[in-house]
Amino acid sequence: MHELALCEAIADTVVRHAGGEPVSRVEVRIGHFRQVVPDSMQFSWKLLTEGGELDGCELAIDHVPAVLTCRTCGEETKLDVPILLCGACDSADVQLLRGDEFLVVAIERVVAG
Amino acid sequence: MGRFHRHADGTVHEHDHEHDLGDHSGYVATGAERVTVLESILAENDRVAAENRADFARTGVVTVNLMSAPGAGKTTLLKRTITALGGRMRIGILEGDIATSIDADELSSLGVPVSLVNTSAGFGGECHLDATMVRSGLGRLPLDRLDVLIVENVGNLVCPAEFDVGQHARAMVAAITEGEEKPLKYPVMFHACDVVVVNKLDLLPHLDFDLDRFVANVQAVNPHARLIPLSARTGEGVDEWCAWLEAQATTPK
Repeated sequence: MHELALCEAIADTVVRHAGGEPVSRVEVRIGHFRQVVPDSMQFSWKLLTEGGELDGCELAIDHVPAVLTCRTCGEETKLDVPILLCGACDSADVQLLRGDEFLVVAIERVVAG
Repeated sequence: MGRFHRHADGTVHEHDHEHDLGDHSGYVATGAERVTVLESILAENDRVAAENRADFARTGVVTVNLMSAPGAGKTTLLKRTITALGGRMRIGILEGDIATSIDADELSSLGVPVSLVNTSAGFGGECHLDATMVRSGLGRLPLDRLDVLIVENVGNLVCPAEFDVGQHARAMVAAITEGEEKPLKYPVMFHACDVVVVNKLDLLPHLDFDLDRFVANVQAVNPHARLIPLSARTGEGVDEWCAWLEAQATTPK
């Protein structure tokens, strides 16, 4: 449900870096912990960009799984559910390694050949 | 500048590319130039949040971002808070609402400065307050004459958690009528908060709500959250919330 607001933020970033050129593609990296539903984000992106200066710009989402590391036993756990416990020893003394990414990685500007 | 092109299998290559100066008339080829951005999606929001935070520091006001699902009892808790602390602390409210001024009117009738930010001006009605919206409402508040500013966010358990508005602390209200599983279903919100107020405790005898399980679920997604069970309706437990708020106001930020 917050995908639309996030798409607005992405679009602003894209336009700021586009230097007035058309943009064919934007790559974003979003961690699993950010609760973004990729389909919903694609829908919001289309809705937001249609008819505007980013019309037709492809949104490429690199969805990063959430992985935490345990300070007690050192094991890494991939999280399917957002419960911050070590999968090996149940310790709550854990640190999120990956999964909170929220980046606009790059854009592709269309340049006349 | 290198050139990129994409193959059918999705791989992208960069070529160093000399322009030939032949006749291009009638032929416009286009290519894509990849520009690395590596900027947080929320970079602009965070920049404005930092401006808000600087204003709060300059005027010496401590700001709490108060969030919840619709109907959890934020406004009722704020009315209790203003009544309990009004004599000891100067409280201001920045009220976010998709539409209407119902909550803002109720709060300003208690004699505190209230700045209303209706979020419906955003794209299709924003479901949260972001740093820019909060900034737009700050000018209507006497910040230098406040001890605490409470930002009452839009009722929503997803979007407000992502947007830093420049607050010093995040608190949320979770009503026991919402069930024990909400921390697991909305982990980003519960994870983001310093305090979880567990409201509507007066309804406990009438519900199947298991408080211990709720507490365990909050601790699973946020082991550091402080839980304050209370009833904003009866006032039971509100003193602990007020004590936390007072401690925030007197702790240097």
